Amino acid sequence: MDFNYDVIVVGGGHAGCEAACAAANMGSRTLLITMDMNKIGQMSCNPAVGGIAKGQIVREIDALGGYMGIVADRSAIQFRMLNRSKGPAMWSPRSQNDRHRFIEEWTRIVSNTPRLSIWQDTVARLIVRDNAIVGLSTLLGVEFRAKAVVLTTGTFLGGLMHFGATQLSGGRVSEPASFGITEQLKSLGFVAGRMKTGTPCRIDGRSIDFSKTAEQQGDNDFHKFSFLPNIRRELPQSSCWITYTNERTHEELRKGLSDSPLYNGQITSIGPRYCPSIETKIVTFSEKTSHQLFLEPEGVDSQEYYLNGFSSSLPFPVQLAALKTIPGLEQVQLYRPGYAIEYDFFDPTQLKPNLETKLLKNLFFAGQINGTTGYEEAGGQGLLAGINAHINCHGGKEFVLRRDEAYIGVLVDDLVSKGVDEPYRMFTSRAEYRLTLRQDDADVRLTPKADALGLAASDRVSALNKKLLEQGELVTFLRNFSVKPVHINPFLRSCGSSDLKHGCRLSDLLLRPQFGLADLAEALPVLKERIEQIPFLREEIVESAEVLLKYSGYLEREKLVAEKLNRLESIPLRGRLDYATIKSLSTEARQKLQKVDPETVGQASRIPGISPSDINVLLVLLGR
Amino acid sequence: MNNIVCAISSPPGVGGIAVIRLSGSGSIELVDTVFCKPNGKKLKQQAANSIHFGTIKQGESVLDDVLISIFRAPHSFTGEDTVEISCHGSTYIQQSILRLLIDKGARLAEAGEFTRRAFLNGKMDLSQAEAVADLIASESRAAHRMALNQMRGGFSDELKKLRTGLLDFVSLVELELDFSEEDVEFADRGQLKDLASRIEKRIAELTRSFQMGNALKKGIPVALAGETNAGKSTLLNTLLNEDRAIVSEIHGTTRDVIEERISIEGVSFRFIDTAGIRDTEDTIEKLGIERTYRKIEQADIVLWVIDSTQASEHIEWLTQQIAEKTEDKKLILVFNKTDKISGEELKILYQLFDRFNVERIHISAKKKLHIADLEKALLRAAQLPDIQPGDVVVSNERHYESLSKALVSIQRVIKGIDENISGDFLSQDIRECMNHLGEITGQISTDEILGNIFSKFCIGK
Repeated sequence: MDFNYDVIVVGGGHAGCEAACAAANMGSRTLLITMDMNKIGQMSCNPAVGGIAKGQIVREIDALGGYMGIVADRSAIQFRMLNRSKGPAMWSPRSQNDRHRFIEEWTRIVSNTPRLSIWQDTVARLIVRDNAIVGLSTLLGVEFRAKAVVLTTGTFLGGLMHFGATQLSGGRVSEPASFGITEQLKSLGFVAGRMKTGTPCRIDGRSIDFSKTAEQQGDNDFHKFSFLPNIRRELPQSSCWITYTNERTHEELRKGLSDSPLYNGQITSIGPRYCPSIETKIVTFSEKTSHQLFLEPEGVDSQEYYLNGFSSSLPFPVQLAALKTIPGLEQVQLYRPGYAIEYDFFDPTQLKPNLETKLLKNLFFAGQINGTTGYEEAGGQGLLAGINAHINCHGGKEFVLRRDEAYIGVLVDDLVSKGVDEPYRMFTSRAEYRLTLRQDDADVRLTPKADALGLAASDRVSALNKKLLEQGELVTFLRNFSVKPVHINPFLRSCGSSDLKHGCRLSDLLLRPQFGLADLAEALPVLKERIEQIPFLREEIVESAEVLLKYSGYLEREKLVAEKLNRLESIPLRGRLDYATIKSLSTEARQKLQKVDPETVGQASRIPGISPSDINVLLVLLGR
Repeated sequence: MNNIVCAISSPPGVGGIAVIRLSGSGSIELVDTVFCKPNGKKLKQQAANSIHFGTIKQGESVLDDVLISIFRAPHSFTGEDTVEISCHGSTYIQQSILRLLIDKGARLAEAGEFTRRAFLNGKMDLSQAEAVADLIASESRAAHRMALNQMRGGFSDELKKLRTGLLDFVSLVELELDFSEEDVEFADRGQLKDLASRIEKRIAELTRSFQMGNALKKGIPVALAGETNAGKSTLLNTLLNEDRAIVSEIHGTTRDVIEERISIEGVSFRFIDTAGIRDTEDTIEKLGIERTYRKIEQADIVLWVIDSTQASEHIEWLTQQIAEKTEDKKLILVFNKTDKISGEELKILYQLFDRFNVERIHISAKKKLHIADLEKALLRAAQLPDIQPGDVVVSNERHYESLSKALVSIQRVIKGIDENISGDFLSQDIRECMNHLGEITGQISTDEILGNIFSKFCIGK
């Protein structure tokens, strides 16, 4: 039994697992401490991974050598590429997952990662020496030493669940909360706050009349999360089911509002506006007479269904009465009601861009402790925190992703620069360089970085190199091959596109909006043949080549903007100016700069309340 | 607004000498009010980059013997008129001089303000490519603040409306992208185009108002045209009350176009004196006449000056030519030298030009007769009553530039909607539009867009 580690990760959820695996894979002797090792990678809320902007993050985690994509692919029971009718920046993978399989896959990975050990216990206290963390002690009275500690506490710090008037302490149903760390960190000068989130009821599928609902099937094409060629979906695929609330449902819910913890003052902390409870929906949008709900299967061998859109902390009898008015749920039998949970988080502007706390050296935060929500957001932060914890132990330049490199970069920069005033979820609109941060080329953007860190296995690197090679050759072919009007005009007419008068290169033809590369291949045997020569990941390569050519104008423009703005990112700021003495800054700017202490001028420019003229004052003082 | 700042620029404490610096337009004149050169000459008349010995006086008492360096805009550290007073180093003297300057209207500089002014005036490393974009932002922000203070509420109201319009528009586009899976109603393309067109119209109006604002700031351009020797230059001199243009009895003396600004009842006019128009073989004069026509093009108001003693069919024909060239402008016929003709002749003169149906007035530039009538006619022609206190006028060049760029972006958005391109591409142009306008409307942040979406649509699967 070893009590000395390089890195200790506290928490075995989506952030903790990525952090622990990343640190161990990079070479750190790592310990993962979890309260229950049967719940490693538990999906506390919906049994789904990805979605708009979140799916892109999963692709990025995978490209960086993380595991969420692999686990999600292997446990997927439905896969869809959302937003296919929109431009490629919006294509977003999403899966429904078998909850148990998800845990099994994660458990297998975590328990087989070299240099990674697991200890089942609850952390009670951090051990701090000279403003640096050196270890921790547990409820069982065990003391571990570490060079770096990553806290991924999820909803467990001071977790308090609300089922109507019933309040239960806990991090999830039937799992105890954790106390002590928040209080200790506060005493060391950290600023903590409370957030709220909620989850809907779980239903016994045998009680659902699916004939009254609408079926939503998955796609069954080549798309998946992981860029690794040998990772694929393994489970039988299932459907989700759509139903709606109605006036009667709302009436039942309204009757219970006086007992709603959200409206009677029992819950005071902030919940996410984009994920409101059903009671919030009927209050805020009282004119809406119906809300869409999804019945999502929880697994292959399970009868459990998750009622997406019906998160609630109303008393169980109110929830039940309302559910019975919903088509398909008249005879509903519940496994458990929905509930709300409040938990502690720490203002993330207390972190540096490597996710290390400014107050305590070698202490890292990732996931909901930073005020975020979502498995994907947690996983991305966990991965970064694990990488940087390892770097802190073994030396090297801290690992930070820029806003034009990854959604994970946008996420972390938003957190440490702006802070949060509600649980933070990623949206594509948060990214300035949305077209650059596509899901199809997350590997091109990030796998070389993972390789440099030692996080990309050889099969991942070789898959990328082969993809780049084949993609490059296909692009060259399309740029050089000209098609004659006589050969293509019938096809163009059939697509409603105008005739060619002269020969045209395929790359130029592809700029037309009416058709894609695959359609073109059907009309041009030469092209079809050329594509069939691609020995490997054919559909992926065709898709990414098509995106590059079809949208090259937009991509170029965005690149130029990014390059222009990135100049500010390269000007270091931390430690160079004493903001309190700069009278030419506005008072607000002085306070914000002192609080956030931005790393670069670029980061400073994104702090709310910092105006362009404040930035120019900084530039002047820096001699720019 | 007090634009002259001063501060002690040498390190604090007692030294052999100390340097007090003033910067801002009017600094030199301000120092003139307290500084006496032994020969009695004023600093205002001295060359730039020169040093002068003299005394600083407070009333009749001498405060100190000093050396004064003067620098003129833009060739100074700050890029503005700057005066540096080297006085003796006692704290008392430094403070007394500083207080005196403040009494005379200077303001104590904030820390870093000289540097900031230098920066804003383009004096510091600004050619560096990386800083340029930010400089522009900064200048316009500073200018923005000034402009906002100067202008009445209407301007910010108008911008607020524009901002709200943009925010709603971009929210609808983003809604369709980030929340496509939600059960909410998405805007159709017609609706989007409607909104975008409304935004475009607003931006275009503001852009157009710049021309008006520019006129207000720079003066309404008035061309003085007429036959050679009709007395245009004399008239200009009369209006200016000083001999700026060269006046002689020789035809065609004014070969260069001379511009002068005068203020009539607070309205600024920019007079463009032009070479006389007549049939000539003189090449230089021919060029001058061509230039006259071009200048008339640039004017809003044209004063067509006619020598009353020489009015003939020939001048009628010429007037016809001018009238054709000034169809979109205000044309005023000015009968000059009417002191030399009888009342009866004047009446006939008026009748002679009846068919032109334009405003006619008579003056004598030389005798300064009826000049007030001309001034009133100019004010009428300037059409100023059109501008109400609440009207929005863009008068800041940076705002104009931002608005013009934003206009191009929003037009691209509209084109994109017509071509039915996907929202993520539309969004690229909308963001560009917002960035251009951000300098004057305040940036619209992602959080604000999301907030707007959450407040208007029921999001939450």
